[in-house]
Amino acid sequence: MDTHARTAPTQLPSADLTTAVEVVDLRKVFLRRDKRAGRFSRRRRPVPAIKGLTFSIARGECVAILGQNGSGKSTLVRLLSTLLLHDGGSAHVFGHDVFRESRAVRRLVNRVSVEASFFKKMSASENLSYAARFYGMAAGETKDRIPEILGRVGFPVERRSEPMEALSRGMQQKVALARALLTSPVLLLLDEPTTGLDPRSKREVQDFIREIRGSHDSTVLLCTHDLDEAEALADRVGILDRGELLALEPADVLRERFGGGTLEDAFFAATGRSFEEETPEEDEDREVFA
Amino acid sequence: MRATEIDFRHELISLGGVVERNVYLVRRYIWWDVAFFLWTVANTLTIVFIAKGIEAGGGTIDVNRVTTQLLIGAVIWAYLGIIFEVLTETVAWERWEGTIEYTFMAPLSRPVHLFGMGLFAIVFGLIRAGLLFTVVAFFFDLNMPDAHFVAAFVVLVVASVSFIGIGMMTAVLPLISPEKGTQLGFIAQGMLLVVSGVYYSVDVLPQWMQWLATISPATYALDGIRDAIIGGDGLTQMGDEIWPLVVIGAVSIPLGLWVFSLGERYAKRHGKLKRSG
Ligand SMILES: Nc1ncnc2c1ncn2[C@@H]1O[C@H](COP(=O)(O)OP(=O)(O)OP(=O)(O)O)[C@@H](O)[C@H]1O
Ligand SMILES: [Mg+2]
Repeated sequence: MDTHARTAPTQLPSADLTTAVEVVDLRKVFLRRDKRAGRFSRRRRPVPAIKGLTFSIARGECVAILGQNGSGKSTLVRLLSTLLLHDGGSAHVFGHDVFRESRAVRRLVNRVSVEASFFKKMSASENLSYAARFYGMAAGETKDRIPEILGRVGFPVERRSEPMEALSRGMQQKVALARALLTSPVLLLLDEPTTGLDPRSKREVQDFIREIRGSHDSTVLLCTHDLDEAEALADRVGILDRGELLALEPADVLRERFGGGTLEDAFFAATGRSFEEETPEEDEDREVFA
Repeated sequence: MRATEIDFRHELISLGGVVERNVYLVRRYIWWDVAFFLWTVANTLTIVFIAKGIEAGGGTIDVNRVTTQLLIGAVIWAYLGIIFEVLTETVAWERWEGTIEYTFMAPLSRPVHLFGMGLFAIVFGLIRAGLLFTVVAFFFDLNMPDAHFVAAFVVLVVASVSFIGIGMMTAVLPLISPEKGTQLGFIAQGMLLVVSGVYYSVDVLPQWMQWLATISPATYALDGIRDAIIGGDGLTQMGDEIWPLVVIGAVSIPLGLWVFSLGERYAKRHGKLKRSG
């Protein structure tokens, strides 16, 4: 069998091969229990998480989205990975409608999020094996590929049969990267992949992201809190604030447009708030959704 | 290879992946499974001893026969418990581990996913039920001279198709309520068995319950297995049980898939696939 049949080329519509992601006026609203209506009330109040986003990512490009807690980064990633249904607008991945042709989109996309999320008693190789099957990769195909890919992300390959719970967070995160790469996604969604890692692991993961951009035909959407990370890895940096995209430009352009200082200053100028600052009203409103 | 052939191959590999994952889990949790099995044996004994208890209390019954009947009921109870548990874990366990989003964003079709869980549940449940039956039968030194085990086995397998369909409907509950959904699965198991005459004939039930019994697959499973093990009926005499089971199965599988897809849509609309914080 032609192993490439599984991945992108045969499934990409011929129309527009240069656009990886096309999002137009995308909206998502969550219903939240209305605290003001009293403790026992079941009344729900709509809380918009994504408010009419429009942007596109070119094939092979790396776009970073910066945003504070609750700005909607993870919601955007979940929408693009078919885990949430939208409330308006549209999203296409390599020409496939994310909400109508989700099956086709799923073959093209994979994701790494903040928490590594594995069966904790199972080993790294077991977790990767079954996950690869869901993408149509048979045992013969994964037998050599799993150790190989674990090695490439800097995971100590001899520990691949230990239960996940015995591994440090940094190592688990590397396994998560390996899981995403194993299926050769053409669109890689990274939702704070380095949050909570020590500086060294962080560097290793970032180096690896840079490496796959060079060696694979991958498009990357990177959501992060880390301004330096965004600047170092991305071709363009977007600022997401309370569900709205305030800018999406190369880092230096962004810096210049908002006063020439650091990216942090730019963020401040764009949102009118500092990067760390959060208003108490929002805090009370916010639940923790990683 | 043509596109449809490749697709079919992918579905088969995915199906294998679902089973493979469950096998890994059994391997990692094997001692818990052994402990749980011991609990099931104890539980079964408490029920099966009832026959001897009645005799000791002065009642006149055919102890061997009643003991066997109770044993069949208890084994089916335990079997259904496993089926529902495994299917409910489709969502519940993965959500707890946090892997559910990765599974739900994979190009794994939901029917294949659920069939994989069902297939594993049946194989695991049958092995466990067989062991349970054997252990307890030896314990009581039961003799079943006419027993037709092959016929009993076939009826149970055919009934399992319907059980899987019902299990799919209970599997969706943890998507809607992560805290209590799993317990609701036990309710389904209990309701199903009480109307199906687990330890008794359905004739003793009130009329409305008997009506429910006619649409419950467990009724036919229990009937068929009793006929085979106690009555000595062979496969050729199982038509009365097998046909209704085929019909119920043909309805319950699509219904189960449909209910699950509704639950999945609901979860994706309201962001319930994962709950953090
Ligand atoms: N499943 C959900 N149910 C209800 N509200 C949600 C859900 N997921 C997210 N939200 C809300 O949507 C908004 C955006 O959340 P999101 O998780 O996308 O933010 P984020 O930018 O990823 O934040 P963080 O940096 O904390 O990860 C928040 O107000 C959040 O409370
Ligand atoms: Mg987030």
